[in-house]
Amino acid sequence: MLRAAPVKYVARRLLQGVFVLWAAYTLSFLILFTLPGDAATVAAAGGGDASTVDPKLVEQLRHEYGLDQPLWLQYLHALGKALRGDFGSNPQTGQPALHEVTQVLPNTLGLAAAALVLAVVVGFLLAVASTFPRAAWLRQALGALPPLGAAVPVFWIGLLLLQWFSFHLRWFPSLGDEGFRSLVLPAVTLAVPTGAYIAQLLSRSLRLTLGRPYIEQVRAKGAGEARVHFAHALRNAVLPTLTMVGVLIGNLLAGTVVTETVFSRTGVGRLVVQAVGDRDLPVVQVVVVFAALVFVVSSLAVDLVYPLIDRRIVLGRAAATA
Amino acid sequence: MSELILNERFTDGSAENTGHAEERPARASGFSRALRGAVTRPGLVISVLVIALVIVWALAPSLFAHHDPLTGNVAERLQAPSAQHIFGTDNLGRDLWARVVYGSAQSLAATFLAVVLALLVGSILGLLAGFLRGWVDDVIMRVMDVVLAIPTVLLSLAIITALGFGTINVAVAVGFASAASFARVMRSEVITISTALYVEAARASGVRWYTVLRRHVLPNSFGPVLSLSALEFGTAVLAISSLSFLGFGAPPPAPEWGALISEGRNYLATSWWLTTFPGLIIVAVVLAANRVSRAFEKNGATR
Repeated sequence: MLRAAPVKYVARRLLQGVFVLWAAYTLSFLILFTLPGDAATVAAAGGGDASTVDPKLVEQLRHEYGLDQPLWLQYLHALGKALRGDFGSNPQTGQPALHEVTQVLPNTLGLAAAALVLAVVVGFLLAVASTFPRAAWLRQALGALPPLGAAVPVFWIGLLLLQWFSFHLRWFPSLGDEGFRSLVLPAVTLAVPTGAYIAQLLSRSLRLTLGRPYIEQVRAKGAGEARVHFAHALRNAVLPTLTMVGVLIGNLLAGTVVTETVFSRTGVGRLVVQAVGDRDLPVVQVVVVFAALVFVVSSLAVDLVYPLIDRRIVLGRAAATA
Repeated sequence: MSELILNERFTDGSAENTGHAEERPARASGFSRALRGAVTRPGLVISVLVIALVIVWALAPSLFAHHDPLTGNVAERLQAPSAQHIFGTDNLGRDLWARVVYGSAQSLAATFLAVVLALLVGSILGLLAGFLRGWVDDVIMRVMDVVLAIPTVLLSLAIITALGFGTINVAVAVGFASAASFARVMRSEVITISTALYVEAARASGVRWYTVLRRHVLPNSFGPVLSLSALEFGTAVLAISSLSFLGFGAPPPAPEWGALISEGRNYLATSWWLTTFPGLIIVAVVLAANRVSRAFEKNGATR
């Protein structure tokens, strides 16, 4: 039975979420618009040597960006506009930054969703596989996979997959984002670090859970290993992993930066790489704030789902936030 | 990506680690015990050797590679690995082994810079938060929470946008973006230690705050921070190579590891060695750093 989440608790969490968004906006503003490398000079230099830049161009850009105004004024002005959905626009094309991001967002969401499903399934399987088999060597071998997955550069996995499955075996297209077949390799690539992360978290808490007295009691009553795992241990073991979902999905989003570049897919990740290259500050800022939004929403969602899985937790009490 | 491994160990790890502060025995003979432990842990020995090897590569590359990393023989372009060129050659006929060995200097320097920056900034913030408590603590840790809510890669990209390209800028970006986890660990250590009985006793007997800090808090928080530094070393290698792969690091002729893989990308279909070998080196270094970090962590816990 679904207990309604207390209104007060949800309201407080929403307020916290708004605070995180505001702080993320402010932080990205401070980074992008106040760091020593004056954005106008850097933009005018276009990646070249900053000392050869035409001072007139810098002046013009400074004015265009509003950098000749006092900082707090710039900030308030920008914040006011951002609240109305205007994060500024691309200095070259004049496209609004928010529009540029939302345009390619569905592509990235599709990729991230596919990777998430894959990562959760594989992560669960690996975690269970590292505690389930009777043979110790098998447990150890399977348990060594997640740390390995976490130590491998994502772009390298992508390139190796391309090499084998696109160029040698020709099973999948090497680039583009048309159809299901083009989604397979990027999704696998993106799922590796996330899956490794889930597997590490889960197998750790699964080992802790399996050592608890109630599991001993279950075993004493004659339950088989499968019943111990799936009917008793997993449900408790999954809770610590669940609290990390916000970080997990944020990392999935960050992973698209490299994955979409390797597979030449349209999406937020590739867009932000281009934006960094073009000094398109507004787009970079939109993506940073979007990442914070993703974190806030997924953390809130997990908090609301939590009591459904663990009945001991009542929202709004101290235990819920621990 | 750095949170990937970090959080697993330090979100709940900090709570578990708290036990050792209360009964801090003398840690004499720590070195000899470590030495004895090494014999029984071959994985750790190999890891330390891997790290030592790449550091020696960085310091004296000419001892390990006889070819020039920057000029090649075009007649020998895109050759598969052989006795002459054990990692093969690239599209300009440059020896890939030499480029990997010489590239370690830039990759490692950037990594060290990033880790030291993260360590310094994070530790100072964590120390301030944990020692002063009150509103300072609240402000610093709320900001750190927000920093942790934004993926490190994106935060680094934002900093790079502002600072411009180049290996140093990439290292600075990764360092700042990773400082938050140091702040968290440092703060929790400081709070654990400064509420421990013996510190209370020191305070009660009139020891001044800076002496408490120097004599008790700093030495005791060293272990977890060291473990985190080793872990951060691995994640920084990953982050920096990713950012140079994306083209924000060293400009083309320089043989940085991530940039090497990026160059090999155009020859994926024909020359597998150009991407495979530099990647393997990165994996080896990251795995080794993670293993060393775990050893530090265990030593800290059993101290």
